[in-house]
Amino acid sequence: MDLTISEKIIRDHCEQKDLSAGDFVLVKIDKCLGNDITAPKAIEVFEEIVEGTERSVFDPSKIILTPDHFTPNKDIASAIQCKILKDFARKYHIQHYYEVGKVGIEHCLLPEQGLIAPSELIIGADSHTCTYGALGAFSTGVGSTDLGVAMALGECWLQVPETLRFKYTGQLNKWVSGKDLILYTIGKIGVDGATYKVMEFTGEIINNLSMANRFTMCNMAIEAGAKTGFIFPDKITEQYLKSVGISKFKTYENNNTKYHESIEIDCNTIEPQIALPHLPSNTKPISEVQDMHIEIDQAVIGSCTNGRIEDLRIAAKIMKDNKIHPSVRCIIIPGTPTIQFDALKEGLIEIFLKAGAIVSPPTCGPCLGGHMGILAPGERAISTTNRNFMGRMGHKDSEVYLSNPAIAATSALKGFIASPESM
Amino acid sequence: MKGKVIKYPQENINTDLIIPARYLVDINPQFLAEHCMEDLDMEFHKNKNNLQATILVSGSNFGCGSSREQAPIALKATGIELIIAPSFARIFFRNAINIGLPILQFSDIDAFNSGDLLDIDFGKGVIENITTSKSYSFSKFPAFLQKIIKVHGLINFAREQIANSEEGS
Repeated sequence: MDLTISEKIIRDHCEQKDLSAGDFVLVKIDKCLGNDITAPKAIEVFEEIVEGTERSVFDPSKIILTPDHFTPNKDIASAIQCKILKDFARKYHIQHYYEVGKVGIEHCLLPEQGLIAPSELIIGADSHTCTYGALGAFSTGVGSTDLGVAMALGECWLQVPETLRFKYTGQLNKWVSGKDLILYTIGKIGVDGATYKVMEFTGEIINNLSMANRFTMCNMAIEAGAKTGFIFPDKITEQYLKSVGISKFKTYENNNTKYHESIEIDCNTIEPQIALPHLPSNTKPISEVQDMHIEIDQAVIGSCTNGRIEDLRIAAKIMKDNKIHPSVRCIIIPGTPTIQFDALKEGLIEIFLKAGAIVSPPTCGPCLGGHMGILAPGERAISTTNRNFMGRMGHKDSEVYLSNPAIAATSALKGFIASPESM
Repeated sequence: MKGKVIKYPQENINTDLIIPARYLVDINPQFLAEHCMEDLDMEFHKNKNNLQATILVSGSNFGCGSSREQAPIALKATGIELIIAPSFARIFFRNAINIGLPILQFSDIDAFNSGDLLDIDFGKGVIENITTSKSYSFSKFPAFLQKIIKVHGLINFAREQIANSEEGS
């Protein structure tokens, strides 16, 4: 029987040539990444491993450090953590270290910088590393110790995952985006519905989906517990890769047959989705949520899930010549400096500022309750981010509702969670 | 190992609850331990100390959410020596194995209550609930993971690999 795509990529990165789902293997990695929250511990681990040896990092061109979570440094403690990354990058001549001004939200930044190619094996000490499955890489989130070991040895242990195939058929309704498809899917299978498995996204809908929407879908595979999301590279992938300077890459034939399970999702009946507190699986269609008239204090448009230029264009289209509701704080966070500059050139920043929103520098910021938009007890936010766990964006008695950028923008104008159809 | 139980039967206890991101500005285990589980239960430390508990029993998908290794580090630094749950989120699972914090997948958590005294034999794969005089078997980890567990985590595993490769060269 044919191997799944994950089995093929893993096989070609390890010594064991005969493998199947469930096996534990040591793989050679193509890239590894860490951020200001996870890398300080990884650096400590690295130094402990190489102590007393002549060893350096396994390859300074394959380690990526992105201080993106609490930057620009929110306080002295976070400044100290970022300095650990900077000092390490200097000491070991790390090629891909990004200082503020160049740094963006890692999962927006790395593809844009041309650092991710199909069929690569990538680990990142950040759970949303699964985003790069959108480019056909096998890419998964790990912890700091994993990263520390990877920086020393260029290796990581993995269990070969099984694959769940999701086939999206039918037609997309108006305002339905990749965010809605993935929220709907998580709502269907639950926050542990894909634990340890790969979520492979297929079908005519995916074939026609933009790269930005594909990134969004793979990004949130972790919210169903998955090891990674995956989409087979096609013309849309190739075009994107070409735009970031990648023209040669390895691909595998799409002849996966060994699925753990195949799930077909009929998109004809899917409306834009809202994930209500406090789980990403707690989803309802917007028509139902709009009737609940849920007033909001804050709207966040950004993050590794929805901080790309396409997301900002949608928000700007809705906000143009409109005003943010007087009792709402609307925070727009472009994912990278390039996205921010593009938004400036396209006039989107002007639209946001005229509407009464503020534009933040690229940062993970409020998504994880870091900074740049923390919620008080009792406050509510609509957010294009990825998690709505209790206390995620601030006080434990605050609430986060997850949505696509169009709904977040509309809700910012209306003051309550509303469909763009109501504009 | 022997120890007493503190139980939070909720499913999906996520890493934001185990250690909120506002405390991820410092990797000192004692600092993290001080704030461990506080958004879930402000009295976590008091309850744990009153019970003299070292075994955390919880619902399925324990540790879901972010990759922060600070979550198992914080729990370990509070004095938790073992976590029992029907399932673990995958990054938490590997982080716990990697830092040498024992975890155990066992579906019938109704068999244990806060305050129960358990005796776990990892070699035989048996949990004895001394308080209720009942025994339960669990499936042991695959051989590969046992190797990491045996050397108390991935750092020692990696150092052994380096030592072996340098001997070989």
